[in-house]
Amino acid sequence: MELLSGGDILIRALRDVGVKHIWGYPGGAALHIYDAIYRQEDVVHLLVRHEQAAVHAADGFSRATGEVGTALVTSGPGATNAITGIATAYMDSIPLVVISGQVPSNKIGQDAFQETDMVGVSRPIVKHSFLVTKPEDIAATIAKAYYIARTGRPGPVVVDIPKDVTGPNYKVPYEFPSEVKMRSYQPSDKGHRGQIKRAVKALLDAKRPVIYTGGGIVIDNAAEHLIAVARKLNYPVTNTLMGLGGYPGTDRQFIGMLGMHGTFEANTAMHHADVIFAVGARFDDRVTNELEKFCPLATIIHVDIDPTSVSKNIVADIPIVGTCTSVLKEVLSFIEESDKAPDSEAINQWWQQIDEWRAKHGIYTASRYEPSGGDLIKPQDVIKTLYKVTKGEAIVTSDVGQHQMFAAQYYLFDKPRRWINSGGLGTMGFGLPAAMGAKLAFPDTDVACVTGEGSIQMCIQELSACSQHNLPVKIINLNNAALGMVRQWQDMQYNGRYSQSVYEESLPDFVALAEAYGHVGIKVTKFDELEEKMRECFAMKDRLVFMDIHVDRSEHVYPMHMPGGSMRDLWLSKTERT
Amino acid sequence: MKRIISILLENEFGALSRVVGLFAQRGYNIDTLTVAPTDDGTLSRLTLTTQGDDKMAEQIVKQLHKLIDTLKVVDLTVGPHIERELLLVKVKATDSDVRTELKNCVEIFRGHIIDVTPSTYTVQLAGDSDKLDAFIEAVAHMGIMEVVRSGVLGISRGDKFIRV
Repeated sequence: MELLSGGDILIRALRDVGVKHIWGYPGGAALHIYDAIYRQEDVVHLLVRHEQAAVHAADGFSRATGEVGTALVTSGPGATNAITGIATAYMDSIPLVVISGQVPSNKIGQDAFQETDMVGVSRPIVKHSFLVTKPEDIAATIAKAYYIARTGRPGPVVVDIPKDVTGPNYKVPYEFPSEVKMRSYQPSDKGHRGQIKRAVKALLDAKRPVIYTGGGIVIDNAAEHLIAVARKLNYPVTNTLMGLGGYPGTDRQFIGMLGMHGTFEANTAMHHADVIFAVGARFDDRVTNELEKFCPLATIIHVDIDPTSVSKNIVADIPIVGTCTSVLKEVLSFIEESDKAPDSEAINQWWQQIDEWRAKHGIYTASRYEPSGGDLIKPQDVIKTLYKVTKGEAIVTSDVGQHQMFAAQYYLFDKPRRWINSGGLGTMGFGLPAAMGAKLAFPDTDVACVTGEGSIQMCIQELSACSQHNLPVKIINLNNAALGMVRQWQDMQYNGRYSQSVYEESLPDFVALAEAYGHVGIKVTKFDELEEKMRECFAMKDRLVFMDIHVDRSEHVYPMHMPGGSMRDLWLSKTERT
Repeated sequence: MKRIISILLENEFGALSRVVGLFAQRGYNIDTLTVAPTDDGTLSRLTLTTQGDDKMAEQIVKQLHKLIDTLKVVDLTVGPHIERELLLVKVKATDSDVRTELKNCVEIFRGHIIDVTPSTYTVQLAGDSDKLDAFIEAVAHMGIMEVVRSGVLGISRGDKFIRV
């Protein structure tokens, strides 16, 4: 059997577990690993400019493909810089493996140069972590790490490896385990049949049902099964921010996103529903508003792979622990076998009611904001133009803030894995590196990073990495010269005191900045130039284009939940409320 | 109410810190905690006590179970169970009245005096936590110098057992 050093074993094991790309940044404790990378061609390493971006890029790659993303960082500051990326992936259940170099075993605990207790620091934000203590354990640990990351409720796994473990002088036989078995980790798969039967009965008895689905549908590739069940029942479907694309955004049965900035019709339908079929969603506080006032009339059916998500915030009447795919398939077959059909009269009435709500306050059926024109570009219209120019087929990543909500509201995603954003942690700086990951996975697909002048500056250094690795993403910068969402809250709750949310005259010339990195910059200040310039932008297939679009500085995101209210308690504009 | 939660977990690097960290992270308190390897050296048995209603206890058990290293998690308080804790207490015992009273007390509580000096008695006592509390209260006026408690151990009554 071939004898290999720990560094070579690590890279060989990554190859054998199916890794083709690693995002990372070298440093002292990881140098043996980087030397091993240099010796082979199976696994390609992409150098970023900051470790946070390495993890976000691996994360974007994973969200776009469904595969496990991989990042490699050094000890100390390399490891701590990765933390925000790991926490982002953890909150959104994204499978990642983050490998960190560690100081040599005999230096651990000595406050050595660039020493950080990575396993300790990352503990609350990982699905699991390993400290590898000898080269013989590397291959098995890597196999376990990927297995844990992608199975059950996915999540990030940290593998911390002291420098001596990857050193060139100690060689051991390489063997990649053919299977992973862990007595302490056996994720459940199929839901309880009796519970599923109860759920189907409740669904078929419903008069005012809503199907409420989240990121679980996307992660579990369950969209087709959701569509099959929803079509069969003809029930309205709403998606969480993380679930967008899990059900086609242009479908008649889709009533929009729900939650804090969800549609009037989705939030109001939830409030009045008698049965809520929650699949792969977790009743997050950005969805429910005040828990005590949440959906007072509803029987709650909750399907989730993670038992801790069930009855955590809202007590489920019919809890089902299992994968979205397996449960939805069983639900469909029970519906088909049942001699009962949905109450079509009640459902028709329900649709009539929902259509009335849609017509009255919907964001798609009537314009909820004043029209753009001249120097006034409404941010919503930028997203609508983006949708038009890319025919709704782009992969859209976003940062965090108003632009994120506008993108979620106005770009209708018909397929999963096209909408990539940091929903749980809300990480500014996520968008650009995530777009890099998506572009690497799908070089022939348009990848647009919808961002703002605040968020983009948190990882803007990656414009350099995009040059190096030829990642021609499109940056759609909704520049309102302020931290828009912060300012919106300051308008609504702090009487317009804009504490630290404006930049005064300090913003860079983004066009010049993009050009300095070797990219194309386009500035748009007039509405009638917007579509044409955006077409120009997307026509440049091989260039990264930075579109700096100066949008209305005073716009707010609506609808918006009123704090402490129920789901139907919404601001509809600066002056109207429900 | 008081909960006694028993956990069987892999005897591995970081496993204990994950359990303890979970409590801090989720805002639960740990009142007592005790951990040691079992007859199978690859496994540790951890017993902890906490306070919580049924909903909270259910969530704690589920969260603990979600940790990759845990094999079994049982809330012993939902069924008949036995609870034991060990107490070591050093009492100032200089005058002979106190020494006599303390010896009586130890006998009543069925403890043992395990170390004696001219000025101190060290007492060992096992039982449920309430009994240990009662003993401490009974001897408090004599002058307690030091109290060490092991934390609660629990096991279910009858045929039920926790094993891999």
